[in-house]
Amino acid sequence: MVEMPTSTIIRPGMQRREKVESIKDKVAIVGMGCIKFGENWDKSIDDMMIDAAYEAYEDAGIEPSDIQAAWFGSVWAGETGQIMAAPLKLPYIPVTHTENACATGSEALRGACYAVASGVCDVALALGVEKLKDTGFMGLPQTRPWATWSYRLTTQTPPAVFAMMATGYFAKYGLSHEEGKRLLAQISVKSHHNATLNPKAHFQREITIEQVLNAPMVAYPLGLFDCCGVSDGAAAAIVTRADMAKSFRADPIYVKALQICQGPREGFMNPAYDFAHVEETCRGGAATYAEAGVKNPREEISIAEVHDCFSITELTIMEDLQFSPRGRAGEDIEAGTFTLEGKLPVNTDGGLKCFGHPVGASGLRMMYEVYKQLQGKAGPRQVKNPRLGLTHNQGGEPGAATVSVVIVGNEL
Amino acid sequence: MTGIVSYGAYIPIYRLSRAEIARAWGANEVPGEKAVANYDEDSLTMAVAAAMNCLRGIDTTSIEGLYFASTTSPYQEKQSAATIATVLGLERGAWTIDFSGSLRAGMNAMKAAMDAVNSGSAKSILVCASDVRLGHPMGSSEMTFGDGAAALLIGDTGVIAEVEGFYTFYNELQDVWRSGRDLFVRSGEERFIMEKGYTQVVLEAVSTALKRFNLSPKDFSRAAFSSPNSRQLGAVVRKLGFDLKTQVQDTLHSSVGDTGTAMSLMSLVAALEGAKGGDRILLTGYGNGCDVSSMKVTDEIEKVRDKPGIERQLASKRMISGYNRYLRWRELIDVQPPARPPIEFRQPSPAAQWRENQGELRLRGTKCKRCGTPQYPPQRICMSCKTKDEFEYYSFLDKKAKVFSFSHDYVMETVDPPVTVTVVDFEGGGRIMCDMTDRNPEETTVGMPVEMTFRRLYYVGGIYNYWWKCRPVPS
Repeated sequence: MVEMPTSTIIRPGMQRREKVESIKDKVAIVGMGCIKFGENWDKSIDDMMIDAAYEAYEDAGIEPSDIQAAWFGSVWAGETGQIMAAPLKLPYIPVTHTENACATGSEALRGACYAVASGVCDVALALGVEKLKDTGFMGLPQTRPWATWSYRLTTQTPPAVFAMMATGYFAKYGLSHEEGKRLLAQISVKSHHNATLNPKAHFQREITIEQVLNAPMVAYPLGLFDCCGVSDGAAAAIVTRADMAKSFRADPIYVKALQICQGPREGFMNPAYDFAHVEETCRGGAATYAEAGVKNPREEISIAEVHDCFSITELTIMEDLQFSPRGRAGEDIEAGTFTLEGKLPVNTDGGLKCFGHPVGASGLRMMYEVYKQLQGKAGPRQVKNPRLGLTHNQGGEPGAATVSVVIVGNEL
Repeated sequence: MTGIVSYGAYIPIYRLSRAEIARAWGANEVPGEKAVANYDEDSLTMAVAAAMNCLRGIDTTSIEGLYFASTTSPYQEKQSAATIATVLGLERGAWTIDFSGSLRAGMNAMKAAMDAVNSGSAKSILVCASDVRLGHPMGSSEMTFGDGAAALLIGDTGVIAEVEGFYTFYNELQDVWRSGRDLFVRSGEERFIMEKGYTQVVLEAVSTALKRFNLSPKDFSRAAFSSPNSRQLGAVVRKLGFDLKTQVQDTLHSSVGDTGTAMSLMSLVAALEGAKGGDRILLTGYGNGCDVSSMKVTDEIEKVRDKPGIERQLASKRMISGYNRYLRWRELIDVQPPARPPIEFRQPSPAAQWRENQGELRLRGTKCKRCGTPQYPPQRICMSCKTKDEFEYYSFLDKKAKVFSFSHDYVMETVDPPVTVTVVDFEGGGRIMCDMTDRNPEETTVGMPVEMTFRRLYYVGGIYNYWWKCRPVPS
């Protein structure tokens, strides 16, 4: 367990504070929008941003002119916040373009929340978008090689690095290839089931364990159904001050904690890293629990949307976020702990696996589901009386990750 | 006394059976197999491998020159010797020269190295000869050509084989050639080039050389010949009066093939492996003429025995499953490209290459002076104790290594799917993530011992991107 970060001494003689301030209960989300993710051939990136933003405006009951500042999250849409300001016709307000790989959406939300909490604005927009299917190839686009450290070391694609966590996990806990594959398959089967109850999900059909096991290999030991979809999509949130929230709606969702943890890419260099967990998730999760005052996550968190880019990632997140004891997430998966009917439903909307993964939008899509669940508006997949919801959004890879963990609640 | 101080050879691990080629073309079965460079190997990387085998236990900063001989250097204009010298860590003032133009270039380089040492302009020079030649599909050269490399350290101290005499004989003849416009090696009419080319020239050159050296075939324990195939070798050897079985070890044609520029030096390495002090060895190199050399083995040879030589490398091999795989490795056939980002995104930056090549082409990392933690790539701020700018450079090349985790990536574009990606941990500390080559995916396991090998990651925009991969330690 990691202590809540404290401010450091920046000049000799300066006093270190016992505890830094917390975001807890300072801001609320009062409107959200999320379009259907998928192969949105008939929608441009502008269409998707407009649809997500206007659903959020309508949900919050505001006019576009009420937005005082905006945070725009996208990895591949292009430069500056103008990508969003232009189609939405934002009225000469501050717009910040954020990028944190697959955790970009959460980073946009974080920016909006901190701005509101600081008092420099009262109504802020956070929007994440990605248009990936126009590229014409599978997987994610590549960034310029000399901007990345590894361009001369290996030619691997992201699935292979996550697959190495599956190899690492299987080796560490003595799972045979077959045992490991069967365990992971249950995660994908669950996500597919949840997505059948979600009309906005990219993939809305049931699959069987056998289908998962027999699917073509993508990056050994991960097969096709162990990997999330690459999708087009957009999601947006309207953030305001907690004390103003009820003037927008009767059921605002309050931010309890908002942490982000960037590792120094140590896992790729340090033999101490076991490739059976994600250090940034452990530390980011612990910091989030400390900020929110959560003592026993497994008991206190009602619902979690986590970054299941691959089945193995969801498995290790269950341990890294302390939902399951170390090395024993498998027991909870077998017991159905994380299903819709289980004690701690995870990825009730189908997750990245089935809702889809338009990189810059995913963090806000996760929040969209938690927000709807906490308001009791999740339709056929509604979880009973949730109180605290968590989103876990990961950029990067095992050994070199950027992890955002957010906790929100429906009560002050 | 000037001569050979150390030797090394490299045979790529893959073999293609000639029967497999014959089957693909509906031709009559031909015995034997040929060594085939992996898709990520070329004459430069194989020269590095041979040099590393040659230089085990030798301080590379003491070597004052690197001569590279090949007819298949990766660049028409850009020196391979300079790249190899950088990878091996030679001092900046070392002589680097590329020799090319004929299959005799290997012996040309050796002669030039001898002269340099004799004249006092360098104390020791490493000669590398390496070739990956292409014969036309369905042609006889495709059957006979093989890939391989050899390296000889020439110097005047610790000599294991003293060079007693050198004789050369040039000959203008259009027998085997490849213009700058050609991908495949061409050759003249077979009967003509055998009679007026190889047979006549080698006979004449060796006979004259022996007279000059005042020696006769019976004075030699072994004779190392370059030759285009077993038949022509046998004919010449008989006419000269050498005994094919006892004096000439002809295992390379049936097991490796005609390795071009590397052939005579590889034959010499094979001869040296079986030689003892006092033995005399004859060496010939053919190609637009013939070079002949006589050398006498010294007792020092016992000190350089421990290396992965020809014999050991012949024993550890993997057969290529299918001729079509070979065609794909050599990119002789267009296959449907995968729906992946264009490879141009990986275009190397010459500036970034220049910055990194100084140290990182040698797989050099850093070791923190405060806490002693080895790390790769080089880190200015220690990942353990966070000390800034207090490090020394640290080589991972000579460290034992094991696979910590791995995956087989079926998404990445490659001519040899899947890309095997590994996390490798080094004895004494340090970890890198790299691709694995020369592997059988089914045999890849956590904990398997690996060694580092210099390979070509990819070719884009006219630039070969060379880097290190790991490979299973050959059994």
